[in-house]
Amino acid sequence: MSIEALARAKEILGPAVVSTHSYRGDDTVVVKPEGFLESMRILRDDPEVAMNFLSDMTAVDYFGREPRFEVVYHLRSFKTGARLRVKSQLDEPEDGSNPVIDSVSSLWASANWNEREAWDLYGIKFRGHPDLRRILMYEEFIGHPLRKDYPKEKRQPLIRRPPDEV
Amino acid sequence: MGLEFYTSRLADAVNWARKYSLFQYPFVTACCGMEFMSVWAPKYDVARFGAEFPRFSPRQADLLMIVGTITERQGPVLRRIYEQMCEPKWTVAFGVCASTGGFYQNYSTMPGADQCIPIDVYIPGCPPRPEQVLDGLIMLQDKIQEKRGFVQLREKREHDAVLQATGKLKVIP
Repeated sequence: MSIEALARAKEILGPAVVSTHSYRGDDTVVVKPEGFLESMRILRDDPEVAMNFLSDMTAVDYFGREPRFEVVYHLRSFKTGARLRVKSQLDEPEDGSNPVIDSVSSLWASANWNEREAWDLYGIKFRGHPDLRRILMYEEFIGHPLRKDYPKEKRQPLIRRPPDEV
Repeated sequence: MGLEFYTSRLADAVNWARKYSLFQYPFVTACCGMEFMSVWAPKYDVARFGAEFPRFSPRQADLLMIVGTITERQGPVLRRIYEQMCEPKWTVAFGVCASTGGFYQNYSTMPGADQCIPIDVYIPGCPPRPEQVLDGLIMLQDKIQEKRGFVQLREKREHDAVLQATGKLKVIP
Protein backbone atom coordinates (compact mmCIF):
# COMPACT_ATOMS: atom_id res chain seq x y z
CA MET A 1 0.00 0.00 0.00
CA SER A 2 2.70 2.43 0.95
CA ILE A 3 4.74 1.63 -2.18
CA GLU A 4 1.73 2.88 -4.07
CA ALA A 5 1.79 6.08 -2.05
CA LEU A 6 5.45 6.55 -2.90
CA ALA A 7 4.87 5.91 -6.59
CA ARG A 8 1.93 8.27 -6.61
CA ALA A 9 3.90 10.94 -4.74
CA LYS A 10 6.69 10.67 -7.30
CA GLU A 11 4.14 11.05 -10.06
CA ILE A 12 2.39 14.13 -8.69
CA LEU A 13 5.52 15.93 -7.49
CA GLY A 14 7.26 15.47 -10.84
CA PRO A 15 10.43 17.55 -11.20
CA ALA A 16 10.47 18.59 -7.52
CA VAL A 17 11.67 15.10 -6.55
CA VAL A 18 15.43 14.72 -6.10
CA SER A 19 15.44 11.03 -5.20
CA THR A 20 13.34 8.36 -3.50
CA HIS A 21 14.06 5.21 -1.62
CA SER A 22 12.12 2.54 0.19
CA TYR A 23 13.51 0.23 2.83
CA ARG A 24 11.37 -2.30 4.71
CA GLY A 25 8.24 -0.26 4.38
CA ASP A 26 9.87 3.07 5.13
CA ASP A 27 9.30 5.27 2.14
CA THR A 28 11.32 8.39 1.68
CA VAL A 29 11.06 11.08 -0.89
CA VAL A 30 13.70 13.80 -1.10
CA VAL A 31 12.36 17.00 -2.59
CA LYS A 32 13.96 20.24 -3.67
CA PRO A 33 13.94 23.08 -1.11
CA GLU A 34 12.70 25.45 -3.82
CA GLY A 35 8.90 25.32 -3.87
CA PHE A 36 8.87 23.14 -0.75
CA LEU A 37 5.58 24.53 0.50
CA GLU A 38 3.93 23.76 -2.83
CA SER A 39 5.28 20.16 -2.81
CA MET A 40 3.93 19.62 0.69
CA ARG A 41 0.59 21.12 -0.24
CA ILE A 42 0.31 18.67 -3.14
CA LEU A 43 1.06 15.74 -0.84
CA ARG A 44 -1.61 16.89 1.60
CA ASP A 45 -4.34 17.76 -0.88
CA ASP A 46 -3.93 14.97 -3.42
CA PRO A 47 -6.98 12.68 -3.00
CA GLU A 48 -4.94 9.47 -3.33
CA VAL A 49 -1.88 10.29 -1.22
CA ALA A 50 -3.88 12.49 1.23
CA MET A 51 -1.14 12.99 3.83
CA ASN A 52 -3.37 14.88 6.22
CA PHE A 53 -1.30 14.36 9.39
CA LEU A 54 2.19 15.57 10.25
CA SER A 55 3.40 13.17 12.92
CA ASP A 56 6.91 14.52 13.36
CA MET A 57 9.36 17.04 12.03
CA THR A 58 13.04 17.34 12.77
CA ALA A 59 16.37 18.36 11.28
CA VAL A 60 19.83 16.82 10.84
CA ASP A 61 23.25 18.42 10.65
CA TYR A 62 25.56 16.38 8.38
CA PHE A 63 28.63 18.42 9.25
CA GLY A 64 31.27 18.24 6.52
CA ARG A 65 28.85 17.10 3.85
CA GLU A 66 27.39 19.17 1.07
CA PRO A 67 24.55 20.06 1.45
CA ARG A 68 25.03 20.28 5.19
CA PHE A 69 21.51 20.40 6.61
CA GLU A 70 18.46 18.27 6.09
CA VAL A 71 14.91 18.76 7.30
CA VAL A 72 12.82 15.61 7.79
CA TYR A 73 9.03 15.51 7.86
CA HIS A 74 7.10 12.37 8.76
CA LEU A 75 3.67 12.36 7.17
CA ARG A 76 0.77 10.03 7.76
CA SER A 77 -2.48 9.56 5.87
CA PHE A 78 -5.54 8.80 7.95
CA LYS A 79 -7.35 7.92 4.74
CA THR A 80 -5.05 5.13 3.54
CA GLY A 81 -2.92 4.51 6.62
CA ALA A 82 0.27 5.05 4.62
CA ARG A 83 3.33 6.80 5.97
CA LEU A 84 5.74 8.92 3.98
CA ARG A 85 8.99 10.58 4.97
CA VAL A 86 9.79 13.80 3.15
CA LYS A 87 13.31 15.18 3.30
CA SER A 88 14.82 18.30 1.88
CA GLN A 89 18.50 19.14 1.82
CA LEU A 90 19.74 22.64 2.56
CA ASP A 91 23.10 24.21 1.81
CA GLU A 92 24.74 26.41 4.40
CA PRO A 93 24.94 29.87 2.78
CA GLU A 94 28.45 31.05 1.89
CA ASP A 95 28.25 34.10 4.16
CA GLY A 96 27.61 31.92 7.22
CA SER A 97 23.98 32.99 7.62
CA ASN A 98 21.21 30.54 8.43
CA PRO A 99 19.71 28.25 5.79
CA VAL A 100 16.11 29.04 4.88
CA ILE A 101 13.20 26.84 3.85
CA ASP A 102 9.42 27.30 3.60
CA SER A 103 7.41 26.81 6.75
CA VAL A 104 4.58 24.30 6.48
CA SER A 105 2.78 25.55 9.58
CA SER A 106 0.09 26.93 7.30
CA LEU A 107 -0.64 23.36 6.16
CA TRP A 108 -0.32 21.49 9.47
CA ALA A 109 -0.68 23.52 12.66
CA SER A 110 1.49 21.01 14.53
CA ALA A 111 4.50 22.10 12.46
CA ASN A 112 4.55 25.37 14.39
CA TRP A 113 6.36 24.15 17.52
CA ASN A 114 8.43 21.55 15.66
CA GLU A 115 9.83 24.20 13.37
CA ARG A 116 10.54 26.45 16.33
CA GLU A 117 12.53 23.60 17.84
CA ALA A 118 14.49 23.10 14.60
CA TRP A 119 15.20 26.82 14.53
CA ASP A 120 16.27 26.81 18.18
CA LEU A 121 18.61 23.83 18.03
CA TYR A 122 19.81 23.82 14.39
CA GLY A 123 19.35 27.41 13.25
CA ILE A 124 17.24 26.64 10.21
CA LYS A 125 14.95 29.52 9.32
CA PHE A 126 11.40 28.85 8.22
CA ARG A 127 10.04 31.35 5.76
CA GLY A 128 6.46 32.35 6.58
CA HIS A 129 6.44 30.94 10.12
CA PRO A 130 4.03 32.99 12.27
CA ASP A 131 6.19 33.11 15.41
CA LEU A 132 9.76 31.89 14.92
CA ARG A 133 11.17 32.18 18.47
CA ARG A 134 13.32 29.83 20.52
CA ILE A 135 11.24 27.16 22.23
CA LEU A 136 13.61 25.15 24.48
CA MET A 137 16.60 27.41 25.09
CA TYR A 138 16.33 30.84 26.64
CA GLU A 139 16.26 34.04 24.62
CA GLU A 140 19.72 35.06 25.86
CA PHE A 141 21.29 31.92 24.38
CA ILE A 142 23.69 32.54 21.49
CA GLY A 143 24.10 29.94 18.75
CA HIS A 144 22.34 26.68 18.00
CA PRO A 145 23.50 23.88 20.32
CA LEU A 146 22.74 20.76 18.24
CA ARG A 147 24.90 21.91 15.36
CA LYS A 148 27.97 19.73 15.17
CA ASP A 149 30.30 22.72 15.38
CA TYR A 150 28.82 23.91 18.69
CA PRO A 151 31.41 23.10 21.41
CA LYS A 152 30.15 20.17 23.46
CA GLU A 153 30.91 21.65 26.86
CA LYS A 154 30.23 25.30 26.14
CA ARG A 155 27.77 26.66 28.67
CA GLN A 156 25.95 29.96 28.67
CA PRO A 157 24.88 30.46 32.28
CA LEU A 158 22.04 32.81 33.14
CA ILE A 159 23.07 32.98 36.80
CA ARG A 160 25.98 32.06 39.04
CA ARG A 161 26.49 32.56 42.76
CA PRO A 162 27.76 35.99 43.76
CA PRO A 163 31.56 35.77 44.23
CA ASP A 164 31.35 37.15 47.79
CA GLU A 165 28.93 34.40 48.89
CA VAL A 166 31.19 31.97 50.76
CA MET B 1 29.90 34.86 82.13
CA GLY B 2 26.77 33.28 83.44
CA LEU B 3 24.62 34.99 80.83
CA GLU B 4 26.89 33.89 77.95
CA PHE B 5 26.73 30.31 79.17
CA TYR B 6 22.95 30.59 79.29
CA THR B 7 22.66 31.91 75.67
CA SER B 8 24.87 29.19 74.25
CA ARG B 9 22.76 26.53 75.96
CA LEU B 10 19.65 28.25 74.62
CA ALA B 11 21.06 28.11 71.07
CA ASP B 12 21.64 24.38 71.55
CA ALA B 13 18.03 23.90 72.61
CA VAL B 14 16.74 25.97 69.69
CA ASN B 15 18.88 24.03 67.22
CA TRP B 16 17.65 20.78 68.75
CA ALA B 17 14.10 21.93 68.04
CA ARG B 18 15.03 23.07 64.51
CA LYS B 19 16.66 19.83 63.50
CA TYR B 20 13.60 17.77 64.43
CA SER B 21 11.05 19.99 62.73
CA LEU B 22 12.44 20.63 59.26
CA PHE B 23 9.72 22.02 57.03
CA GLN B 24 10.88 21.16 53.55
CA TYR B 25 10.24 22.66 50.17
CA PRO B 26 10.70 19.94 47.55
CA PHE B 27 12.05 21.46 44.31
CA VAL B 28 11.38 18.36 42.24
CA THR B 29 12.48 18.53 38.61
CA ALA B 30 13.28 14.99 37.51
CA CYS B 31 13.13 11.24 38.11
CA CYS B 32 14.70 11.52 41.61
CA GLY B 33 11.22 12.67 42.60
CA MET B 34 10.06 9.03 42.54
CA GLU B 35 12.70 8.11 45.10
CA PHE B 36 11.82 11.18 47.09
CA MET B 37 8.20 9.96 47.28
CA SER B 38 9.47 6.62 48.49
CA VAL B 39 11.46 8.31 51.27
CA TRP B 40 8.38 10.21 52.17
CA ALA B 41 5.96 7.26 52.10
CA PRO B 42 5.31 4.96 55.10
CA LYS B 43 7.93 2.32 54.21
CA TYR B 44 10.93 4.60 54.79
CA ASP B 45 8.93 7.30 56.53
CA VAL B 46 10.91 10.50 56.77
CA ALA B 47 8.38 11.55 59.44
CA ARG B 48 10.43 9.54 61.95
CA PHE B 49 13.06 12.27 61.57
CA GLY B 50 10.63 15.11 61.89
CA ALA B 51 11.00 16.23 58.27
CA GLU B 52 7.79 14.93 56.77
CA PHE B 53 5.98 18.19 56.28
CA PRO B 54 6.29 19.68 52.78
CA ARG B 55 5.37 23.33 52.51
CA PHE B 56 4.61 24.20 48.92
CA SER B 57 5.68 27.75 49.53
CA PRO B 58 9.37 28.54 50.05
CA ARG B 59 8.38 31.31 52.48
CA GLN B 60 7.25 28.77 55.04
CA ALA B 61 10.03 26.24 54.52
CA ASP B 62 13.45 25.91 56.12
CA LEU B 63 14.85 23.02 54.10
CA LEU B 64 15.16 23.30 50.32
CA MET B 65 15.40 19.84 48.74
CA ILE B 66 16.72 20.09 45.19
CA VAL B 67 15.49 16.84 43.71
CA GLY B 68 16.66 16.34 40.15
CA THR B 69 18.48 17.98 37.27
CA ILE B 70 18.84 21.75 37.27
CA THR B 71 19.12 23.30 33.82
CA GLU B 72 20.74 26.63 33.11
CA ARG B 73 17.32 27.97 32.28
CA GLN B 74 16.01 27.03 35.73
CA GLY B 75 18.92 28.65 37.56
CA PRO B 76 17.32 32.08 38.13
CA VAL B 77 14.10 30.39 39.34
CA LEU B 78 16.00 28.26 41.85
CA ARG B 79 17.98 31.24 43.10
CA ARG B 80 14.79 33.21 43.55
CA ILE B 81 13.13 30.41 45.49
CA TYR B 82 16.19 30.15 47.73
CA GLU B 83 16.13 33.89 48.37
CA GLN B 84 12.43 33.76 49.24
CA MET B 85 13.06 31.38 52.13
CA CYS B 86 13.32 32.86 55.60
CA GLU B 87 16.53 32.32 57.56
CA PRO B 88 17.75 30.09 59.04
CA LYS B 89 17.55 27.84 56.01
CA TRP B 90 19.30 24.75 54.74
CA THR B 91 19.65 23.08 51.36
CA VAL B 92 20.12 19.49 50.28
CA ALA B 93 21.18 18.39 46.79
CA PHE B 94 19.30 15.14 46.18
CA GLY B 95 21.01 12.90 43.60
CA VAL B 96 24.06 13.37 41.38
CA CYS B 97 22.36 15.72 38.94
CA ALA B 98 21.64 18.26 41.66
CA SER B 99 25.10 17.68 43.15
CA THR B 100 27.34 17.79 40.06
CA GLY B 101 25.22 17.65 36.94
CA GLY B 102 25.58 13.86 36.89
CA PHE B 103 26.00 12.25 33.50
CA TYR B 104 24.76 15.33 31.71
CA GLN B 105 27.69 17.12 30.18
CA ASN B 106 26.07 19.42 27.71
CA TYR B 107 24.94 22.90 26.78
CA SER B 108 21.77 22.95 28.86
CA THR B 109 22.52 21.36 32.24
CA MET B 110 23.93 23.28 35.17
CA PRO B 111 26.93 21.35 36.57
CA GLY B 112 25.52 21.13 40.10
CA ALA B 113 22.95 23.28 41.86
CA ASP B 114 25.79 24.74 43.96
CA GLN B 115 26.67 26.86 40.93
CA CYS B 116 23.78 29.13 41.84
CA ILE B 117 22.91 28.51 45.52
CA PRO B 118 24.90 27.24 48.52
CA ILE B 119 24.37 23.57 49.39
CA ASP B 120 24.72 22.05 52.87
CA VAL B 121 24.49 18.32 52.17
CA TYR B 122 25.08 16.43 48.92
CA ILE B 123 23.40 13.06 48.53
CA PRO B 124 24.94 11.13 45.61
CA GLY B 125 23.20 8.33 43.72
CA CYS B 126 21.22 8.05 40.52
CA PRO B 127 18.76 8.11 42.19
CA PRO B 128 19.96 7.67 45.80
CA ARG B 129 18.54 4.83 47.86
CA PRO B 130 16.07 5.97 50.52
CA GLU B 131 18.56 4.86 53.19
CA GLN B 132 21.11 7.22 51.68
CA VAL B 133 18.62 10.07 51.83
CA LEU B 134 17.87 9.35 55.49
CA ASP B 135 21.63 9.23 56.15
CA GLY B 136 22.00 12.60 54.45
CA LEU B 137 19.16 13.98 56.50
CA ILE B 138 20.81 12.81 59.73
CA MET B 139 24.04 14.46 58.57
CA LEU B 140 22.11 17.66 58.04
CA GLN B 141 20.58 17.38 61.51
CA ASP B 142 24.07 17.02 63.00
CA LYS B 143 25.13 20.09 61.05
CA ILE B 144 22.19 22.09 62.36
CA GLN B 145 22.90 21.03 65.94
CA GLU B 146 26.58 21.92 65.61
CA LYS B 147 25.76 25.25 63.90
CA ARG B 148 27.67 24.23 60.76
CA GLY B 149 24.94 25.08 58.26
CA PHE B 150 25.87 27.61 55.57
CA VAL B 151 23.57 30.32 56.93
CA GLN B 152 24.54 29.55 60.55
CA LEU B 153 28.26 29.89 59.76
CA ARG B 154 27.64 33.16 57.96
CA GLU B 155 25.63 34.47 60.91
CA LYS B 156 28.44 33.52 63.25
CA ARG B 157 31.00 35.30 61.05
CA GLU B 158 28.87 38.43 60.95
CA HIS B 159 28.30 38.28 64.71
CA ASP B 160 32.03 37.87 65.33
CA ALA B 161 32.80 40.79 63.04
CA VAL B 162 30.47 43.01 65.08
CA LEU B 163 32.07 41.83 68.32
CA GLN B 164 35.55 42.48 66.91
CA ALA B 165 34.56 45.95 65.78
CA THR B 166 33.27 46.79 69.24
CA GLY B 167 36.35 45.28 70.88
CA LYS B 168 34.41 42.54 72.69
CA LEU B 169 36.20 39.77 70.80
CA LYS B 170 39.98 39.69 70.53
CA VAL B 171 41.57 37.72 67.71
CA ILE B 172 44.77 36.03 68.88
CA PRO B 173 47.22 36.00 65.98
